[in-house]
Amino acid sequence: MESVKFAVNGTERSLEVEPRTLLVHALRDELRLTGTNIGCDSSSCGACTVLVDGQSAKSCTMFAVQADGADITTIEGVADADGKMHPMQQAFHEHHALQCGYCTPGMVMAAISLVEEYPELDDHSVRHGLEGNLCRCTGYQNIVNAVLAVAGSGSATPIRPYQSGQGE
Amino acid sequence: MIPASFDYEVAESAEHAVSLLADHGDEAKLLAGGHSLIPMMRFRLAAPTVLVDVGRLDDLRYINSANGTISIGALTRHSELEHSALLAESCPMLASVAALVGDPAVRHRGTLGGTLAHSDPASDLPAAVLALGATIVARGPGGDREIAATDFFTGYFESALADDEMIVEVRVAASAGGWNYQKFNRRAQDWAIVGVAVAEGGAGVSLVNMGATPLRASAVEAAVAAGASAGDAAAVAADGLQPPTDLNADADYRRHLARVFTQRALKAAGVA
Repeated sequence: MESVKFAVNGTERSLEVEPRTLLVHALRDELRLTGTNIGCDSSSCGACTVLVDGQSAKSCTMFAVQADGADITTIEGVADADGKMHPMQQAFHEHHALQCGYCTPGMVMAAISLVEEYPELDDHSVRHGLEGNLCRCTGYQNIVNAVLAVAGSGSATPIRPYQSGQGE
Repeated sequence: MIPASFDYEVAESAEHAVSLLADHGDEAKLLAGGHSLIPMMRFRLAAPTVLVDVGRLDDLRYINSANGTISIGALTRHSELEHSALLAESCPMLASVAALVGDPAVRHRGTLGGTLAHSDPASDLPAAVLALGATIVARGPGGDREIAATDFFTGYFESALADDEMIVEVRVAASAGGWNYQKFNRRAQDWAIVGVAVAEGGAGVSLVNMGATPLRASAVEAAVAAGASAGDAAAVAADGLQPPTDLNADADYRRHLARVFTQRALKAAGVA
């Protein structure tokens, strides 16, 4: 077993894991943060997307030991402490950017990262930027609308509620 | 699926990684971004018993330029290539191809050294590096050695790296000539069914997924050098090649795609 320590949504967490434990399993099974979903199990669908040190990452394609020392944000960590939704969550709500909701946690996390990484987004670049997140319900149009609403609203910062280093 | 069990070692330096590889022989694999290796381990296509994590070697994450040569640390991530102002200025093809790898989450983790060492003939960056005539620097127990990209890819997922060697740097010449990269696939984020990289106005041409390794299209390069048109040069792009047949395309269709996309890439790179 290996000891890992990382900050999850601003709280320092310590775990004993097998090296082969995937980050998504550590989050879901050990920390009971089940907002992060498992979809394809093959790095394709993006349902398991979280932020690692502020950047989107597929938590099914990282070992938990690789995240030792990292700052991780899951969907549970993006709303304010008082429950006010993150601007991306609010935009998904307002634009009806979900139907069954299974892809939504990963889609929101990927979208938060996308808006931070690419200051100038348009319809095409949002679609290209979300290639790694599959939605089988919406046809993507309303997801693109939601992301563009945030990208153009100036509400994209502060995009990370937990800055790197906090909790260490 | 859950990967098979393995022992996990964190490398403190490239030299430490090399010594760990030497200790464990061919049962050990280096883990960088993990975005090729971990999926293979999850499908149990790979089951190394020791993983040596080099992903924390931040001193191998850099893009520098000196005397017309760009040096890129092996642990530089695809997203760092994509957003590099230095590459945008001095080797835009590399930045542009990096931006087409996988999706943003993959690019945040995947590394240049990792994708070269993985030597997947369907990957984008190995072909780009090949067309650019890069030099790959490998560190082993006896020190560093330089491997020309044209000598690096030796077989299907096989490279010239020894079991106890690690890529530490990739060097490319600052590139001013016309370039283009064509990537054909049916689904977003997929590997190329066929891809074509053209560097230096057609002096360097390479093909993706047209054989067991990324391939240098030397017949096309020779035709361009002799003054052939883009159409005439592209006509020989698939000559003598034995591309794979799979669910996406059979060999004949791949040959057709190679000719079509070579012509498009040559034209976009400025070959008349």
